[in-house]
Amino acid sequence: MGELRLMKGNEVIAEAAIRCGCDGYFGYPITPQSEVMETLMDREPWNETGMVVLQAESEIASIHMIYGAAASGKKVITSSSSPGISLMAEGISYIAGAELPCVIVNVQRGGPGLGTIQPSQADYFQSTKGGGHGDYRLIVLAPSSVQEMNDFVELGFQLAFKYRNPAMILTDGVIGQMMEKVVLADYIPRLTDEEINEKYGSWATNGRKANRQRNIITSLEMDSGRMEKNNIRLQEKYTKMEEEEVLFEEFRCEDAEYLLVAFGSSSRICQKAVDLAREKGIKVGLLRPITLFPFPKKPIAALAKQVKGMLVVEMNAGQMVEDVQLAAGCAIPVKHFGRMGGIIPSPGEVVEALEQKLIGG
Amino acid sequence: MTEEIIIAGFGGQGVLSMGKILAYSGVMADQEVSWFPSYGPEMRGGTANVTVILSESRISSPVLNEYDTAIILNQQSMDKFEHMVKPGGVLIYDPNGIIHPPKRADINIYKIEGTLIAAELGNVKTFNMVVLGAYLKAKPVVKMESVEKGLQKSLPTRHHYLIPMNLEAVQKGFESLELVQAV
Amino acid sequence: MELKDIINPNNLVYEKPKLLTENTMHYCPGCSHGVVHRILAEVIEDMDIQDKTIGVSPVGCAVFAYNYIEIDWQEAAHGRAPAVATGIARTNPDKVVFTYQGDGDLASIGTAEILHACNRGENMVVIFVNNGIYGMTGGQMAPTTLIGQVTATTPNGRDVGRNGYPLKITELIAQLPGTSYVTRQSVHTPATIRKCKKAIAKAFQAAIDKKGTSFVEVVSTCNMNWKMTPVKANEWMVENMFPFYVPGDLKDGSKTDPESYTPLKN
Ligand SMILES: Cc1ncc(C[n+]2csc(CCOP(=O)(O)OP(=O)(O)O)c2C)c(N)n1
Ligand code: SF4
Ligand SMILES: [Mg+2]
Repeated sequence: MGELRLMKGNEVIAEAAIRCGCDGYFGYPITPQSEVMETLMDREPWNETGMVVLQAESEIASIHMIYGAAASGKKVITSSSSPGISLMAEGISYIAGAELPCVIVNVQRGGPGLGTIQPSQADYFQSTKGGGHGDYRLIVLAPSSVQEMNDFVELGFQLAFKYRNPAMILTDGVIGQMMEKVVLADYIPRLTDEEINEKYGSWATNGRKANRQRNIITSLEMDSGRMEKNNIRLQEKYTKMEEEEVLFEEFRCEDAEYLLVAFGSSSRICQKAVDLAREKGIKVGLLRPITLFPFPKKPIAALAKQVKGMLVVEMNAGQMVEDVQLAAGCAIPVKHFGRMGGIIPSPGEVVEALEQKLIGG
Repeated sequence: MTEEIIIAGFGGQGVLSMGKILAYSGVMADQEVSWFPSYGPEMRGGTANVTVILSESRISSPVLNEYDTAIILNQQSMDKFEHMVKPGGVLIYDPNGIIHPPKRADINIYKIEGTLIAAELGNVKTFNMVVLGAYLKAKPVVKMESVEKGLQKSLPTRHHYLIPMNLEAVQKGFESLELVQAV
Repeated sequence: MELKDIINPNNLVYEKPKLLTENTMHYCPGCSHGVVHRILAEVIEDMDIQDKTIGVSPVGCAVFAYNYIEIDWQEAAHGRAPAVATGIARTNPDKVVFTYQGDGDLASIGTAEILHACNRGENMVVIFVNNGIYGMTGGQMAPTTLIGQVTATTPNGRDVGRNGYPLKITELIAQLPGTSYVTRQSVHTPATIRKCKKAIAKAFQAAIDKKGTSFVEVVSTCNMNWKMTPVKANEWMVENMFPFYVPGDLKDGSKTDPESYTPLKN
């Protein structure tokens, strides 16, 4: 077993990146995630594993540094918070279009605009429905604990390389700033040049070798016929993800008559709400989507046959609720409860909302 | 057993690090812990608070709307958190800087002259350790040896020479807790 | 003597400029931002341009500048103030427009915007508060951070190999044909404050006279993130920043005369 530590979610992202054999981190300071780069700069992984850490001049530059490094077959990661992720939208679309693997961490804060530095989940649409231009999807992982901040870095890379697609860890100021116990992963060595050739030689632009054709990384295709084919290939990839990569967790659902659906930090609050509601005699369970794309449609559809109603709890004005409604169908009510602007709902408020919006009504 | 605590005061009073040492002490005693701070440009004289949860079992919400214990170190925090203590719970405060003492009749209230004691100890920076000691008297959630181990873990090695002084402050706080009201 | 004898208009030697609001500033005690705000308020008041001045505040500690001076303000995204100001200045040629920016805002994320606004010679004033660090986000390295300077992202001091060279953006700006008056000031003593005020007034006059972009760098302190007392921070600035960011005028004139270019014949 790995090493047990008490750490902040943001610090763990840095530590996990070093340990999983990352080749580089490129980022720009922004609250509430600046500790990611600060921890890396303090850890000096360039002395230990050879990992590069660079403070870029902006998020636009950071994501395009990621593009360049990822296109050469390197394992690279960036992190930011909402306004910075908006700036990255261009680069993320190019990375998805050019089919490159990377991990992007969004420690969300409340928007729109400069908004607030307090936690939020209002970038759900942006992360799961695209965010930049064009028909593309990110693999979106929503950790709900500091341990998962650790685990999802390597998981994100595995999925990103498997599908040659950017993966996003969508988290927020609660998980980023809080400390919990975490078991750190063991070190995975960084790939050597030869290993990169062997694994990614069919696409990586790391210098043309005598035994292969030259590789070109681009998202440009002037011929509409071929561009459509590219799009179809991307869509097939996303369909495969929906079939194979869905992750979710159920909590006290066996006998549930009502269901809470929540991701990330909201799901932690909802766990407590479930316990509180059950003390009051309300049989409620919780479904937590872990992958937000691909979305756990089937388990929600299955629970829609069991429960009398669902309450989707999010720190936004109602975004994931649309996906839950689609999956649940029209037979039962699907309601939303959310707080915005950096306010974290309390477990008590969730129980109240459950009583008012579903049970009473 | 689960203990849900809010520690609240000014930025600069060592609120966050006190929570951190408590959380580390919990880890040393093999408990589940969570530590969630208020964050932001607090350095400009604003308030700071941290929610610490110690538990025998998996912790659900790191954010709470009621607490077993509130440790309150300035008036703003008193105004904000006094009503969030669970009935029968504990409120500990340092009267220094408190204009309106707690009024609730359904909770246990204690006083700790942390500011004074830290000044007497000759190091005002040990203030938060005095308060931590007082808390451990009211709520012995972790043993003193876990606190020592917690200090070792949470302080960088170059600061380890400060540990004896901090432990003395914890001890002093432990001895100086005053009961104001018991329910 | 009674209090009312002391508090008496005849005894007044110093007062808050009328254009400074009653709001308590959020800056750390000793921070340079507050002093620069005061100067701005005084200049706008002295020039009597309150009704036609529009300020653009940055993302940085001065994001809330709009709380402190009684004029119209816009808040720009991080680094984009010069583009926002261009939009205002172009569509409101009779107004006086200024941006107020930190070193991260102006010389890192917003480098493209500031260079191009100055290169176009937009008729506006740029107030550039260079404290060599990211104040608002908790003290990370800025492009202007000195070699060896410790910050949250350079815990062992800025290293050229890893972080590049400190950027003398004002020297770059002074090269651009669109700028008229480019100067570097400070506000750490009464004398330098008076000098800085003159420079800012001159910059505003140049914008009013449509001479192009005028640019005032104020070498500043961030005692909070430098982890020093305000007095020590001033000393540190004089000792370490001034040799590299040398105070004084870098350019004093008008934007390059377009007539001096011979356009290509079509
Ligand atoms: C797109 C984006 N990226 C990052 C940030 C976070 N951020 C806020 S202020 C700031 C830097 C401020 O430094 P500076 O411009 O030097 O101003 P100072 O606070 O030192 O006056 C950063 C990086 C942001 N708000 N938006
Ligand atoms: S952090 Fe620095 S720049 Fe910001 S207000 Fe404080 S001293 Fe000024
Ligand atoms: Mg700065």
